[in-house]
Amino acid sequence: MQAKLLKLLALTLSLTIFSSAFANPSEPTEAGGENDIKKEIKQDISHHLQDSYDFHLFTDKETNTHYGFPLPVILWDGGLHVFMSSKFHHGEDIAESNGNYYMLHHNHIYKTDAEGTVKYDDEGHIINEKPFDISITKNVFVSICVALMIFLFFSGMAKHYKSGPLPKGFGRLMEPLVIFIRDEVARPNIGDKHYRNYMGYLLTVFFFIWFLNMFGLTPLGINVTGNIAVTFALALITFVITQFTANKNYWQHIFWMPGVPYPMRIILAPIELLGVFIKPFALLIRLYANMSAGHVVMMSLIGLLFIFHNWFARGAFLGLTLFLSIIEFFVALLQAYIFTMLSALYFGMAVEEHGHH
Amino acid sequence: MEIPAIVGAGLVVIGAGIGIGRIGGSAMEAIARQPEATNKIQTAMLIAAALIEGIGFAALFAV
Amino acid sequence: MEKLISEFSLGLFFWQTLIFLGLLFLLRKFAWRPIMAAVQEREDNIENSLKSAEQAKKEMEELQAKNQDLLKEAREERDKMLKEAKDAKDRIVSEAKTKAKEEADKLLAQARQDIHNEKQAAVGEMKQMVASFSVEIAEKIMKEELAVDKHQKLVNTYLEDLKLN
Repeated sequence: MQAKLLKLLALTLSLTIFSSAFANPSEPTEAGGENDIKKEIKQDISHHLQDSYDFHLFTDKETNTHYGFPLPVILWDGGLHVFMSSKFHHGEDIAESNGNYYMLHHNHIYKTDAEGTVKYDDEGHIINEKPFDISITKNVFVSICVALMIFLFFSGMAKHYKSGPLPKGFGRLMEPLVIFIRDEVARPNIGDKHYRNYMGYLLTVFFFIWFLNMFGLTPLGINVTGNIAVTFALALITFVITQFTANKNYWQHIFWMPGVPYPMRIILAPIELLGVFIKPFALLIRLYANMSAGHVVMMSLIGLLFIFHNWFARGAFLGLTLFLSIIEFFVALLQAYIFTMLSALYFGMAVEEHGHH
Repeated sequence: MEIPAIVGAGLVVIGAGIGIGRIGGSAMEAIARQPEATNKIQTAMLIAAALIEGIGFAALFAV
Repeated sequence: MEKLISEFSLGLFFWQTLIFLGLLFLLRKFAWRPIMAAVQEREDNIENSLKSAEQAKKEMEELQAKNQDLLKEAREERDKMLKEAKDAKDRIVSEAKTKAKEEADKLLAQARQDIHNEKQAAVGEMKQMVASFSVEIAEKIMKEELAVDKHQKLVNTYLEDLKLN
């Protein structure tokens, strides 16, 4: 137990140090660089939270070279435009594709002309046209990798069962979680009769979110679950499944609540209907906010390491960062669990049979 | 004088904090009273806390 | 809220939905179904084993109870038999006793009767003998009536003879 804990600590420490190295590779060299550093940290954090069109690892400020690799940009703009994001040269160049010109500005792609004209409105926002963008961005790329990894892991685990009743290797670690989801999440919330139908979704969503969260803790600078679009997609699927598998009772409880006086039913109906949408909304907001807040806090603490010149303060913040990293490991699991739990709860409401009214 | 929206958000966060704190505290008491029901209490606690947390976040993002 | 909406990326949403649904489909088919089935099977196996163990235990207990019953029955049977045997013995013994007593009594009675008869006969014989002796003595007396002394002497002699007899 203790050895395991020590290993975990060592891992977290190394990750933290790596993260800090990647997050902000430049040490303050000039006098008066304090403000620059603060700005840089702020920029780094906001960049980290955002999606990007290339897999950026770090930038060497002195030679101004970016390390990483480009990802494909896919646009629909009166026809399909596919090109690598390296064409933008990190926003320095205008990319041309099939006679259309595009530019990259603050991680958004805008349509422009050969000269790269940018039009602003009165408030300074760019009003250039935005093409429909389905690029393989960093988050999409990571999601694909994680999905592939999960698939390989678990299909491998499934194969192991053919040779014997006990899982081997990786499966041994995951099986208790699978059983936990079944016995502690699905069964009590959905009920013995229906839980089987939802197991696939619950397990997939749990492991997908958990793995993505865990990847968010690596120094690769990934923040997939801290993206509103990602959590929205997941919550939307929960929402759709809930509505499509709901039984008569569920709808009756929304539109014509049994057991209350008629005027109350009319009042309750819109509230209940609103609740139908608020539930998945809470789901998506929670996950998004928790994950991005965790990243902001972690990165801010790491940033503080570079602001302080005092070794005592640095040591203290290193300890704090370490402590938070461990907490974040727990949060990564907890958030996946809560998302799964709430989904199961909603499914349970949808298939509940109110025989006792 | 107009009260800034952020103050409202702060109030909501305070409320949510008190709410989650109460849930946690009550759960602790309940577990102390009935240790054999720990699992059920924990689950219920997490769900309630998650729902309140959702409201807190909603307020924060509404600003 | 505005920030959230502006941050929302339709492309990411599109891909995320696609990836997740794909993953869901693949995992359901290739991972969750076999894993859940295997886990379920294992649990069923364990449950069945436990159940059959319980059953075996129950059967064992039943068997033991049966054995106990059988043993008890056998013991009772034995006791009964023993008792019967004892009764029979007692009966036979007492019967034998009575019979023997009867026999003995009979024999005794017979003996008594015999003795009586013999005695009767002997007495009769003696009577006869006494009579005949008397007659003889009388005869002799008659023959030797002359000398009383002689007479007396004779009587004594004969009486002595009688005694010797």
